Amino acid sequence: MNNLRRKRLLSVVALVFTSFLGVFLILKALNSNLDYFYTPSEMINIEIPDKKRVKLGGMVQEDSVKRNGTNISFKITDFNHSIDVSYNGVVPDLFKEGSGIVAYGLIVDEILIAEDIFAKHDENYMPPTIEISKK
Amino acid sequence: MYPYILYFSVLFYAFALVWGLGFAPADYVQGNSFRIIYLHVPASFLSQSLYIVMAIAAGIFLIWKVKLAAYMIKSIAPVGALVTFIALISGSIWGIPTWGTWWQWDARITSTLILFIMYLGLISLHSSFTNFEKADKFISVLVLIGFVNIPIIKKSVDWWSTLHQPASITLTNKPSIDPTMLYPLIFSMIGFSGIIVSLIILSSKVHIFKRESHKSWVKRNV
Repeated sequence: MNNLRRKRLLSVVALVFTSFLGVFLILKALNSNLDYFYTPSEMINIEIPDKKRVKLGGMVQEDSVKRNGTNISFKITDFNHSIDVSYNGVVPDLFKEGSGIVAYGLIVDEILIAEDIFAKHDENYMPPTIEISKK
Repeated sequence: MYPYILYFSVLFYAFALVWGLGFAPADYVQGNSFRIIYLHVPASFLSQSLYIVMAIAAGIFLIWKVKLAAYMIKSIAPVGALVTFIALISGSIWGIPTWGTWWQWDARITSTLILFIMYLGLISLHSSFTNFEKADKFISVLVLIGFVNIPIIKKSVDWWSTLHQPASITLTNKPSIDPTMLYPLIFSMIGFSGIIVSLIILSSKVHIFKRESHKSWVKRNV
C-alpha cells in the first residue's frame, strides 16, 4: 500500500469513527427518551406533567381483567409494580391475560385512562400443538 | 448469466412461499398473520445488508479509486430503497392484526424509515450533480457517514423498549422460531436475495453502459 492510499484509508477510518462517535454522543444524551414506553416501575418513580400522555408497557396481570360492556379494566405489571388501566374500545386480538401490551393515555388519579391499546408479540414462533404439549 | 440467477431465484422463492404460506403451521399466538414473515424478514435483512455492501464499495472507491465500486453504489441504492420500502410496508401490514396499529414511532421502525430516506437522498443527490466524478466522491463520503445507522437499526430492539420484538434468529443463540417455520424462512431469504442480486446486476449493467457511453466498446455492443 503506497503512501497516498494509506492516507486515504486513514481518512476513511477517521470519517466513520467521527460519525459513530457523534451519533453515540447524541444517543447517550437522549438516553431513555428513545424508549417507546415506560415500565410500571419506571412510571412510579418519575414525575409526569399534568395532561401529558404516556405509554405504559408490560404484561396484563393474570386475573385482573374486568369487562363491563365495552369498557375493560386491568392491571399492567412488570412483576414488581402494577398500574391500573381503564379502556373503552376494542382491544387487539393478541390481548389476553399474561400477554405483553402497551397502553397509551392520560394518568388520572393513578389510573391510566387509555386511548389506545397496542399488543406486543415476542420473538417466539411455534405451532399451536407444540405450545399445548409444553404445558 | 444473471437471467439464470433470476429464473432460478424466482422459482426458489416461489417454492419457499408455497411452503411457508401453504404448508408451515400457523403460529400459536398470531395464527396465520405471522406468515408475512416470509416477505418481511428477507426484505428487512437485505435493506441492511445492501447498505453494508454500499459502505464497503464506498471505502474501496475512496481508498483505491476503483470506478466500478462507485458505479455499484449508484446501482445498489435504488434496489436498497425498494427492499426497505417493502420491509416498511410489509411490517405495517403485519402490525395491523398483531399490534393493532400500522405505524408507531418506536426505535426500530423509525431507524428503518431513516434508512429508507437515506437511500432516497443518496439517489437524488447523485443525480443532482453534473460532474459524475465529484458526485461519486460526495456520495461515498455520505454512505460512510450514514453507515452508523445500520448497527442502530440492528440493536434498537435491545437498547430501547420498542413495540417491535427482538430478533428470532441470532448468531449466538438457538433460533426462537420452530424448525417447521424456520426452514421455509431460510429458503425464502435465499430466493429473495437471489432475485435482488440479479436486479442489482441488471441495474449495474445499465449504469456501466451509461457512464462509459463514450467508450468504443460500449458503442460496439449496444
